[in-house]
Amino acid sequence: MNGTRIGAGMNEEAVSKRAEWVAEIAAIRDHADQAAFAAVFRHFAPRVKAFLMKSGASPDMAEECTQDVMATLWRKAGLFDPAKASVSTWIFTIARNRQIDMIRKQRRPEPEELDWGPEPEPDQDDAIALQQETEQLGAALQALPEKQRILIERAYFGDLSHSEIAEETGLPLGTIKSRIRLALERLRHQMR
Amino acid sequence: MTTQIKHHLTDALLMGYAAGTLPEGFSLVVATHVSLCDDCRARLAEYEALGGEVMMDAGEAELTDGSLEATLALIAGMPAAAPVRKAARTAGIFPAPLRDYVGGDKDAVRWRRVGGGVRQMVLKTDGASTVRLLHIPAGVAVPDHGHSGTELTLVLQGAFRDETARFGVGDIEVANDDLEHTPVAEPGEDCICLAATDAPLRFNGLLPRIAQRFVGI
Repeated sequence: MNGTRIGAGMNEEAVSKRAEWVAEIAAIRDHADQAAFAAVFRHFAPRVKAFLMKSGASPDMAEECTQDVMATLWRKAGLFDPAKASVSTWIFTIARNRQIDMIRKQRRPEPEELDWGPEPEPDQDDAIALQQETEQLGAALQALPEKQRILIERAYFGDLSHSEIAEETGLPLGTIKSRIRLALERLRHQMR
Repeated sequence: MTTQIKHHLTDALLMGYAAGTLPEGFSLVVATHVSLCDDCRARLAEYEALGGEVMMDAGEAELTDGSLEATLALIAGMPAAAPVRKAARTAGIFPAPLRDYVGGDKDAVRWRRVGGGVRQMVLKTDGASTVRLLHIPAGVAVPDHGHSGTELTLVLQGAFRDETARFGVGDIEVANDDLEHTPVAEPGEDCICLAATDAPLRFNGLLPRIAQRFVGI
């Protein structure tokens, strides 16, 4: 797969926005750049807070957790690898883990790290292509019929009842087999 | 490391783990399998990417006044040292997430007998699920512990067979309560599994029945 190909219907503005976030995380990592942090904060913090509230947190708890998520982002900026995850994916995983720890007060067993060896500088083309594929995935999610999209969202908000999950190993997964599946497969090729 | 794995996690489990909505015991089994399986690691990354896009679409909540300043103050109060990547496993059969729960590798397990030569160690989790290590002597059947709901069984050493297939190291069996099966450890090597259920176990009440079951083996 050509790493820099722009896919059909690709929103170039959205892709360049994603590249900007990557540069901002690098500025936080390399220069403790507070302006870059403020830009990332303005975009992501309200979304993290909304996600936490839709997952059942009170506004106060969601605010406290969001600040913690953004502080964790600062501290872990050196671990972010744009060839392996987009900024939105990375922040989601931080938010999920802080939610489990702070709000649900549970442990989160994490997979063992792969032995990558000394970290090489991430390949630029790989990083750009991954941001593009993730943008495609986001577009595929938004293009789903509303009922299907809401079902997937509820699965991530932890908002499906036990019987809903049991019935449909499940409707959310059925919908994923369509355009989302295609986008996921392209993304996977890029991540390998 | 992963070329031998034939039985993988279901999409539902990977999605639930990516979303962070699984009971802790299931999460432990998923994290342990993913540690052994590059294929499921890649699929998990897909579902995490999807989670990121769901979050991006979740709308924007209003932050409290001074939220950014409060976060910067939080950062200023944090230790300066950068987090270090956890080292990969060097030896042993337990991947890191499982080692964290056991407090070590195979040698650190505090086994208890459950009958028929089978031993187990229940690992401490949140209580919404039960997760345990099972040690089944070569050639012996896994006791039917009367689970209801879903049961995940991940092989860490040896292998077992049941009516559906053979499960070797790294393989995971996802069994629902409608699956009637009698897993039997393969001859040659004792089998060690990590097993999680989302309903309480009932080993003790079944001891007589389990003992009876082994008479014929």
